[in-house]
Amino acid sequence: MELYELSIHELQDKLREGETTSAEITASVFGRIDAVEKDVRAYITLMRETALAEAERADLAIRKGERGALTGIPVALKDIFCTKGVRTTCGSRILNNFIPPYDATVVEKLRAAGAVCTGKTNMDEFAMGSSTETSFFGVTRNPWDLERIPGGSSGGSAAAVAAGECIAALGSDTGGSIRQPAALCGVVGMKPTYGRVSRFGLIAFASSLDQIGPFTKDVEDCAILMNVIAGYDPRESTSVPEAVPDYRRFLGLGIEGWRVGIPKEYFIAGIDPEVEAAVRRAIRAVEGAGAKCMDVSLPHTDYCVAVYYVVAPAEASSNLARYDGVKYGFRSEGNRDLLEMYKKTRSAGFGAEVKRRIMIGTYALSSGYYDAYYRKASQVRGLIKRDFDEAFTTCDVILTPTSPTPAFRIGEKTDDPLQMYLSDIFTISANLAGIPGISVPCGYTESGLPIGVQFLAGHFQEGRLIQFASAYEKHAKIERRSPAL
Amino acid sequence: MEYEPVIGLEVHAQLLTDAKIFCGCSTKFGAAPNTHTCPVCLGMPGVLPVLNKKVVEFMMKMALATNCRINRECNFARKNYFYPDLPKGYQISQYASPPAEHGWIEVELNGWKKRIGITRIHMEEDAGKLLHDELNPVSRVDLNRTGVPLIEIVSEPDIRSAEEATAYLRRLHEILVYLEICDGNMEEGSFRCDANVSLRPAGTEAFGTRTELKNMNSFRNVQRALEYEIKRQQYVLEGGGQVIQETRLWDDTAGVTHSMRSKEDAHDYRYFPDPDLVPVVIDDAWIDAVQKTLPELPLEKRERFVRDYQIPVYDAGVLTASRALADYYEDVVRLSGQPKIASNWVMGDVLRFLNEGKRDIRECPIAPASLAEMIRLIQEGTISGKMAKEVSEEMYRSGKTPQTIIAEKGLVQITDEGALTKTIVEVIGKNPEQLAQYRGGKEKVFGFFVGQVMKATQGKANPQLINDLLKKMLAGDK
Amino acid sequence: MEKIRINKEEVAYVAHLARLSFSEGETEKFTAQLNDILLYMDKLNEVDTTGVEPVTHAIARENAFREDRVVASLPAEASLANAPEARGSCFQVPKVIE
Repeated sequence: MELYELSIHELQDKLREGETTSAEITASVFGRIDAVEKDVRAYITLMRETALAEAERADLAIRKGERGALTGIPVALKDIFCTKGVRTTCGSRILNNFIPPYDATVVEKLRAAGAVCTGKTNMDEFAMGSSTETSFFGVTRNPWDLERIPGGSSGGSAAAVAAGECIAALGSDTGGSIRQPAALCGVVGMKPTYGRVSRFGLIAFASSLDQIGPFTKDVEDCAILMNVIAGYDPRESTSVPEAVPDYRRFLGLGIEGWRVGIPKEYFIAGIDPEVEAAVRRAIRAVEGAGAKCMDVSLPHTDYCVAVYYVVAPAEASSNLARYDGVKYGFRSEGNRDLLEMYKKTRSAGFGAEVKRRIMIGTYALSSGYYDAYYRKASQVRGLIKRDFDEAFTTCDVILTPTSPTPAFRIGEKTDDPLQMYLSDIFTISANLAGIPGISVPCGYTESGLPIGVQFLAGHFQEGRLIQFASAYEKHAKIERRSPAL
Repeated sequence: MEYEPVIGLEVHAQLLTDAKIFCGCSTKFGAAPNTHTCPVCLGMPGVLPVLNKKVVEFMMKMALATNCRINRECNFARKNYFYPDLPKGYQISQYASPPAEHGWIEVELNGWKKRIGITRIHMEEDAGKLLHDELNPVSRVDLNRTGVPLIEIVSEPDIRSAEEATAYLRRLHEILVYLEICDGNMEEGSFRCDANVSLRPAGTEAFGTRTELKNMNSFRNVQRALEYEIKRQQYVLEGGGQVIQETRLWDDTAGVTHSMRSKEDAHDYRYFPDPDLVPVVIDDAWIDAVQKTLPELPLEKRERFVRDYQIPVYDAGVLTASRALADYYEDVVRLSGQPKIASNWVMGDVLRFLNEGKRDIRECPIAPASLAEMIRLIQEGTISGKMAKEVSEEMYRSGKTPQTIIAEKGLVQITDEGALTKTIVEVIGKNPEQLAQYRGGKEKVFGFFVGQVMKATQGKANPQLINDLLKKMLAGDK
Repeated sequence: MEKIRINKEEVAYVAHLARLSFSEGETEKFTAQLNDILLYMDKLNEVDTTGVEPVTHAIARENAFREDRVVASLPAEASLANAPEARGSCFQVPKVIE
C-alpha cells in the first residue's frame, strides 16, 4: 500500500518504528494530489511549501523524541477555518482574497499537535449546500464516480480523504455537512455535541447549529482527531467546559446488551432501496455484536427540515451581513454611493443559493413574520430536542441511514432547491437537538457507490458513539476499497 | 388650547471599563484610528463575542443606584442594519429581555421634588466613527469605538418641560460619575442623550405623535432643542396640522430642529436572540455584593450635609459636585470640627485656587489636615483672618503646613494689649484731625483708625482687640 | 387556488433589507422558489406549540464571562490589510447619499 492510503494510526506505527518519515508521507500525499486533483478538485488552496516545511520540522521533533498527537500527519482543512496568513475563502467570491490575521482555535490545536496542513478544501459557498456544487471555485467530484457529487457542504474534505489526497481532514456540520459527505464518499465523519469543539475561527453559517468535526478513514483515527480538537475555549461563549475523555479508550470495547433505537420515522418511502438494504444489514451486524435493536419514535421528524430551513437561514442572514465590502473581501467597482456599493458587492459577491437563504432568513425575521416563522420554528425545535431526550431514556444509541440516497449526479438537484434540502432529512435533527452523530461506511451500491450508516447519542456521549462505531466496524467488516482514480 | 409636553429621554453612557464589552481591546479615548481593534471588534469572519463581566457589574451599580429591579435572567439580541460604522452588520444589544427595569430618580426643580421613572437599563456595544470628507464623496471609518461598552437608560415619559429634562439629565449624570462607571463627557461622546417629544391637550391621557430628537451634545443644547421642538409642535397643532412621527436633528447654529429625511422608512431591525451569547443570570448574592460597593449617592450626601453640618442647601450642592470634593470637605470637617467655617474656606479660597490653576481637587496641594489646622489657629487667635489668607495662598503654592509657614514668615498675631495700646497711642497721636472729627460725631472715621493700626502692625494685630481698644481710647479713656 | 406566500413587491422589500439587488428575471425566479419554500414551511402550523419555550441554544450555558483586562490589539496595518479601500489609517467607503 502507498503511504497516502494508510490511516493515521497505521502511519504513527510506522513513524514510531522508524519505517518512514513525515517528509515521505507528505511527499506521498502530494504525489497523489498531483495525480488525481485535476479530476477530483477537492482543494481551493494547496499549501505545498509550508506543508513540506512542517513535515521537516515534524521529523526533527520525532527524532528528538517529541511526538505530539498528530506529529507529521498531513491533514486538510475545509476552507471555512481561518488560517493565519493563508487565504480563506469559504467557497465564496466575496472572500476570494481574504487573508485572516489569526488562526481558528482548531487550527491552533492541530498545529500544536504537530499536524502538517496540506491545504484548504472546497466547500459549498458559506457551507450552504449538500453537494459542493455552489462553490465559487468549481464543483468537487466524488472520487468514486467523477460524474457525481461528493456531498456537501464539506465535500472537498470528504473527497480528499477518500481519494488519498490527505490522511484526514476537518469539516463543519450545520445540517449534516460532515456526515452526509462522509457517507457519500465512504469515509468516517463525526459531528460532535454542540459546544464540544470551539467555533472560534469557524466562519459562521448558523451559529446555534454549526459544529466542527473530523473526516477519517476509520473510527480509531476519528478518536485520535477528536482528542486533539475537543475542549473548552474561553473565546467562545457557547463552548462547554466539559472535560474531554481520551476517546481512544472507547475503541475495541464491546456493545453487548446495548439498546439501539431504530426510529420508524426514518425508514420512509423515498429512501433508495440499496441504502435501506445496507442499513438493515448494519442493524443485523450490531445485533450480531450483542446489541438489542428496538423501535423508537421521534414524532417530530417530519418537521425537522422546515424548522432547519427557518432557523439556519435566519441566523445566516445576520451572520453574513458583515460581508459588505467595507473592511475586507470583495468590493464591486464603480459605486456611486454607499447603497449601491452594498447592493452590487453583495449581489455579485454571493452565489444564488446564498442569496436565496439570506432572503428566506431576512423574511423569517422581518417585522410581522418573526412570530409566525422564527419563533414558531424555535418552539418546534424544542419539541424535536425533547423527542431525543425521551428516546435516549430507552436506548443508548440511535441508528439511522445517513443519506436517503447514494451520491447523485452533478446538476441533478440544482434546479430544485427544496429537493436538495430534503436530502438532509436524516442529519438535520442532530444539529437542531445539539446531539453528536457519526457516519460510518456500511456498504456499497451495485455500481460501487458508498453508503453510510449514522449513529446518534445523547449530549457529550462521543465516547459512547466511538465505542459503538468501533464495535460495528469490527463486526461488520465492510470491505475496504479504493476509488478507481 | 393648552398643550402639555410629554418627554422621554434615552441616555447612552460609555462605561469606564479598561477593555471593550466583547473583546480585550482598550477603551481609551483618542487613540490613532484603528489601533484599538482586533478580529472580534472588526467583525472579521469566524470571530465570537465573550461578555466582559465588569460591564455587568457597572450596569448593576447604575440599576441599584436608580432603584431599578434587577431581573434574574437577561439575554442579548442582535439589532440588524447596515452602516459602515457597524462592522458586523448588527449591533449586539438587549431588546426583549432587559436586565433592569422599573426604577426612578428624584429631581429637584425650583424647590419641588419630582420622581422621574426609569423604564429600563440595558447593556450594548458602541459603533465606530464615520468621518465625512468635506471635498470628496467618500467617508472614512475608524472602528476604535466599536465594542466600547454602553448602558442605555430609558426614562418613562414622565418629563413635562425642557427644564425638567435638563434637571433629570444632570441628576443621571452626577450619579454615573459618582459611581465611577462613566466619565460623563458629553463633548467626547461618553454621555449622549436622545429625546422623544410629543404634546397632548392638558389634562388628557392619550399620547400624541412623538418625534425623536438627536444631535444634542450639551445640557444647554438639550434644553434649547426641547424648548424649540415643543414650540414647533405647538405651532403645528394650533394651526390644525398633524405632527409627523419622524427623527429630527438639532441644529445648534440655526437653533432649530431639522427633519432627518432618510431613504429608509421605519427601520426593520429584525431583532432575534444572539445565538453566540448565553444568558446572564444574576442571583441575589451577586446583587448584594454589588450593593455593598455602592458609594453614598449625591442626593443622600447633600441631604446629610445639610442635616449634620447645618450648611445651606446651595453650599451642600457646591461641596458635593464631585465625590472627591465632598470627601475632601468631610476630611477637613472631621479634623477641624468646624463644618461651617470649613465650608467657607473650601467653597471660597480652595475652589478659587483650583479653578485659577485649572486643577482638580485630587491634585490640591493643601492637605485637609493643613486646612483644618489653619482653621484651628484662627479659632485660637494665633493668626487673624487676614493673615490666614496669606497663609492659605502659601499653603497652595508650596504645600507646606500652616505651622511651617507661620514660623517662616513670622506671622503671629499680636494679642498683647500692652504693645497694641502703645501702637494705638502713636497712631492717635499722629492723626489729631481725624481724632477731632471722630469725637465730633463722625463715626465713619473709626474705619480710618482701624486701617492705620493694621498698617502699623503689618496686619498682625487681632482685629477684635484693635476694635475694643480703639473704641475705648478714641472715646477718651486712658 | 394557488397559495401565495410572498409576492414580487415583498421580495423587493426583503432584498432591500438584505442589501441585495436582483434583475427582473432573477426576481421572478426567486419569487417562485421562495414561495415553494415558504409554503413548505406552513407545515410548522400543524404542530401544537402552546406553552413550549423557544429554543435558541441546544446546550444550556449561562454566565460566560471574560475578565476586564486589556489584551494587545492588532496593529492598524493588520486591521486594514484586507481593506478594499483605505486612506490614512481608516477604511474608506463611498459617501451615504442623504
